[in-house]
Amino acid sequence: MSNFGYVAPTTVEETLSVLKRATDQGQRAQILAGGTDVIVQMRSVDNSHRLFVDIKALRETNEVLIEEEQVYIGAAIPSGVLNENATLKTLLPGLLESADLIGSTQIQGRASIGGNLCNSSPAGDTIPALIANAAICVIATSEGIRTVPVENFVTGVGRNCLVGNEFLLGFQIPRPSTGTGDAYLRFIPRTEMDIAVVGAAVAVTLGQDGICSHARVAIGAVAPTPLLVDAAGVALVDTPVDEEALRRAAQICSDASQPITDKRGTIEYRRKVVGVLCRRAGAIARDRALSNQ
Amino acid sequence: MADAANYKAIGTRPIRPDGIEKVTGRANFGADLNLPDMLHGKVLRSPHAHARIKRIDLSKALAVDGVYAAVSSADFPQEVTSSLSINILARDKALYHGHAIAAVAARTPRIAEEAIELIEVEYEVLAPVLSLDEAMQENATLVNEHLRTNDEESAPPSNIASTQKFERGDVQKGFDEADVIVEEAFRVPSAHQGYIEPHACVATSNPGGRVTIWCTTQGPFEVRSATAGVLAKTVSDIKVIPSEIGGGFGGKTVVYLEPVAVRLSELTGKPVKMVMNREEVFRATGPASATLCKIKVGATKDGRITAAQAWLAYEAGAFPGSPVGPGAMSVFAPYDLENFLVEGYDVLVNKPKVAAYRAPGAPQSMHAMECAIDELAQRLDMDPIDLRLKNAAKEGTVAPYGPKFPPIGLVKCLEAAKRHPNYATKPEEGVGRGVAVGFWFNIGMQSSAEVCVAEDGAVSIMEGSPDIGGSRASMCLMAAETLGVPYETINAHVGDTESTGFCNLTGGSRTTFATGLAVVKACEDVIAQCKARAALTWELDVDQVEWQDGRAVPKPGVNIDVDPLSLAEIAKTMSRTGGPLLGRASLNAQGAGACFSVNWTDVIIDRETGKVDVKAFTAVQDAGRAIHPAYVEGQMQGGAVQGLGWALNEEYIYDGNGVVENASFLDYRVPVASDMPMIDCEIIEVPNPSHPYGVRGVGETPIVAPLAATSNAVRDVLGFRINDLPLSPPNVLAAIDAAE
Amino acid sequence: MTKIYVSTIVNGRPEDVLCEAHQSLLDLLRDEIGLTGTKEGCGTGDCGACTVLLDDRLVCSCLVLAPEAHGKEITTVEGIADSQDGLHVVQQKLLEHAALQCGVCTPGFVVAAKALLDKHSDPDEETIRYWLAGNLCRCTGYDKIIRAVQDAAQELATTK
Repeated sequence: MSNFGYVAPTTVEETLSVLKRATDQGQRAQILAGGTDVIVQMRSVDNSHRLFVDIKALRETNEVLIEEEQVYIGAAIPSGVLNENATLKTLLPGLLESADLIGSTQIQGRASIGGNLCNSSPAGDTIPALIANAAICVIATSEGIRTVPVENFVTGVGRNCLVGNEFLLGFQIPRPSTGTGDAYLRFIPRTEMDIAVVGAAVAVTLGQDGICSHARVAIGAVAPTPLLVDAAGVALVDTPVDEEALRRAAQICSDASQPITDKRGTIEYRRKVVGVLCRRAGAIARDRALSNQ
Repeated sequence: MADAANYKAIGTRPIRPDGIEKVTGRANFGADLNLPDMLHGKVLRSPHAHARIKRIDLSKALAVDGVYAAVSSADFPQEVTSSLSINILARDKALYHGHAIAAVAARTPRIAEEAIELIEVEYEVLAPVLSLDEAMQENATLVNEHLRTNDEESAPPSNIASTQKFERGDVQKGFDEADVIVEEAFRVPSAHQGYIEPHACVATSNPGGRVTIWCTTQGPFEVRSATAGVLAKTVSDIKVIPSEIGGGFGGKTVVYLEPVAVRLSELTGKPVKMVMNREEVFRATGPASATLCKIKVGATKDGRITAAQAWLAYEAGAFPGSPVGPGAMSVFAPYDLENFLVEGYDVLVNKPKVAAYRAPGAPQSMHAMECAIDELAQRLDMDPIDLRLKNAAKEGTVAPYGPKFPPIGLVKCLEAAKRHPNYATKPEEGVGRGVAVGFWFNIGMQSSAEVCVAEDGAVSIMEGSPDIGGSRASMCLMAAETLGVPYETINAHVGDTESTGFCNLTGGSRTTFATGLAVVKACEDVIAQCKARAALTWELDVDQVEWQDGRAVPKPGVNIDVDPLSLAEIAKTMSRTGGPLLGRASLNAQGAGACFSVNWTDVIIDRETGKVDVKAFTAVQDAGRAIHPAYVEGQMQGGAVQGLGWALNEEYIYDGNGVVENASFLDYRVPVASDMPMIDCEIIEVPNPSHPYGVRGVGETPIVAPLAATSNAVRDVLGFRINDLPLSPPNVLAAIDAAE
Repeated sequence: MTKIYVSTIVNGRPEDVLCEAHQSLLDLLRDEIGLTGTKEGCGTGDCGACTVLLDDRLVCSCLVLAPEAHGKEITTVEGIADSQDGLHVVQQKLLEHAALQCGVCTPGFVVAAKALLDKHSDPDEETIRYWLAGNLCRCTGYDKIIRAVQDAAQELATTK
């Protein structure tokens, strides 16, 4: 009958060997971080037997390292814990807000950025914010560590670039320089508890003169995968990220979107609102950048 | 009827007697009972909205280690052909996606879940009928090939189960007299009651056929009769013990699991527990009807309504029985009309059988009428409350559904709204305000109560009405008032079907009125006995004794010098004066007393996303007499938020095959705490002459007005009307874009 | 089928139980340990009726696997009232404000509101509403619950 199992390895090596053993024995293994997607899906979509490999006991998935050049965030840290890190909140307010938007206080006690990415939903809230901040995935493989930019991680609805027994350890994010600000906004019908109908993240760096030198814009829930919209970023560079530039970027986002109609929204709705959110998030990112000179 | 100012207990806000159990987790709800050797039952549900069932093979499920029994409808009495029995387990056809097909009982829930997937069912998939428009067409696919409208044998088979019509005067003449006519059609989607506790029961069958059912229900006696009916048993074979109930709102007035659990228990000789998961609750229980309501209403320049006409079509789901009747009764109830015509249609579709939901039928039809009235006010340039005051039903008005209204509170509610500071303060720029009236006729029905006095004078009430919203507290307050003893000395208990007299379900806003009436009468019975005991003690005639402030005293003029005897003192010696004090009452309550409300809400709209935010909401409602005002406000606030949810985001979303796409609390979006403002309440008291304390039911009415109030507020912001609900962001943005 | 040994502390009391890997912490509490105060409303983390504290962090126990509880401390609604002092102020205020009707969501609200007040001594209405957004109540419209929590915060502030 039941062939469910649970293990909680404490090192990367042990995790990889547990995964390998399961594969060799023909047992399905599934990585468990916060479980807020994995357990729901086990109940409602696919209740087949499996070995849960809980990666929350690993150092690499649980640490936050704030270094001169970069920030490292472990994949399995609950969003609620992350949001108690004041330094991180100052450095990457948009990313932290995106994590904070996932679910209720209770969900915040469990849900992680890594889990959000690995679930690989088009609507994952943290994914556009990670992309806007140029985050790189740190992936454990049997051959050692490999890295992948977040925008290349998700390959389709619920699909990603992890192969074999690979699993996500965390994210390297370039430490935002002076004059940088980020923001993420999503649209949901209620004030809480919904999946994003549309999401948009913007990160901008403004010089002393208030002119944008660098910008990245990413959008969510408007295509099979979250999208980095390079052209929208380009539209903000060399501008003061004013209303006019933001409207241009917004239009580019609307044009770049390839939404569908489903129970959460229509094509027309998503295409329009993704521009609105890009504009609004851009203005917040700009104001943050200005106050961060 | 005493003046409210003289009441000692009624109108106070004490802590409910069952409160501590409920805040400490000790209260036992439907899924909280576990018995030794208990099995777990699970239901296999149809993956098709409409399909002929060619074959069901249970053998593979039965072969699973840990499975004790499996059943399909073939294992139930075939001579019973009620809708209920066919809804519990499908017979020849699956009639909606999620329709129960078979069930198993196994050692663990997990084994049962895995076993039902091994049941083989051969379906012939049929085209489903999924909308009113489709179902009402001639030559429509038939949900039930044997159904004829109004059971007329000469009529061809139809999806229209029944029609109704009532009218007065001459509508054509009325419209001819009108200066302004509003004619609009409104759609309201299906909404689920959304009680937080899923359906759950434990059934134990004893050798010899006696059955005990523990379950979460609004009506244990109705569970008893329904289960007996499906299983062709007599009601005396079945004992139903109601657990605490985690919300119902009408949705727990019917049975889904209980007969199946009983059958599985009979086959296995073991207790069987069945608990729905949330997805099953959404797919197979409730919901409220989706409707199409067309309204035409005309008025003279000065705002006098000359005629009103309503055409109401309600989805019944896969079996007849939508609440189009109450919808038709309610639609024009707030107005004193000379000329009206109401036509109603009960329409079958391949969706779950609808169940009562708070003021069943009224929110949908009154959404249409109250929007039309608002539109009329706009065109007449009248304040929407003034227009309603001008046409309001009052004492003596003959209600559209027949009876002449006794004293009712509509005018007082409208007047109170008008002078309420929340109404007097005009909304700021960009904020829209919408007003609407709510109504429910209320019901009485049968109730019983016993009031026992312990030897120390403590009082215990035994009643049969499950307490969904604090009704035990109201019973204790009415008993305290009647007996003249402190509230704290009284407790109330909800009995099972064998420990209390017959009692109809908790619903229709009848409990505080009808069961309350029984409690008051049972207390009066106790008082009569106390007076007799005192008379015996004092060697007086019983008519020389009266009851004052909780004590027996000789009547004025009776020449005797004795100390008054309190209830406790009489109780102390009751063994010597005739034995235990036990008051009883049973009744079929008449004169429930209609309940009216006026609601208004202030909203803002994000014009770029279409999101409507509720900034303020005020409810004014006639309670007749508020026994426990905090629980009256609780009904008003809870109903308001359910109504707001229905107006804004709640809806059943079906795909083209009749599959509900949002069968979870994630995507069926009931309001969360951060969505809502405080709900301000003003209770109006126009006592109901049919109740000793003036009680009117208050539970149903609150959900009615918020739908139109929200629509009207959105119209106020946008300057144009969106007729259909929900006013969800995609719908609102699409309307804004279309208007630009 | 191998059962998994779980050693945990629930409301201060050590509990050693066996579970299966697919079971939730909610199943463990209700069916194995017999604490049925924690309720299941959805099984998907959307209603909050199963809210408990797991090592002092608020979680939906339906979204925690039972074996994850090994070595952890859990507080359920049954552990909120103090055996000496009686009801927690949140429980008392919910009663005084008539902030429960059917009462099935109440255990989740009690645990969540207590956690809020442990963290924020003076939360404003918006903070309370967002903190409790994961706890659905279909009966009260939230008004009286919010007022009860505000009142509880005030009482805690004056007694501190």
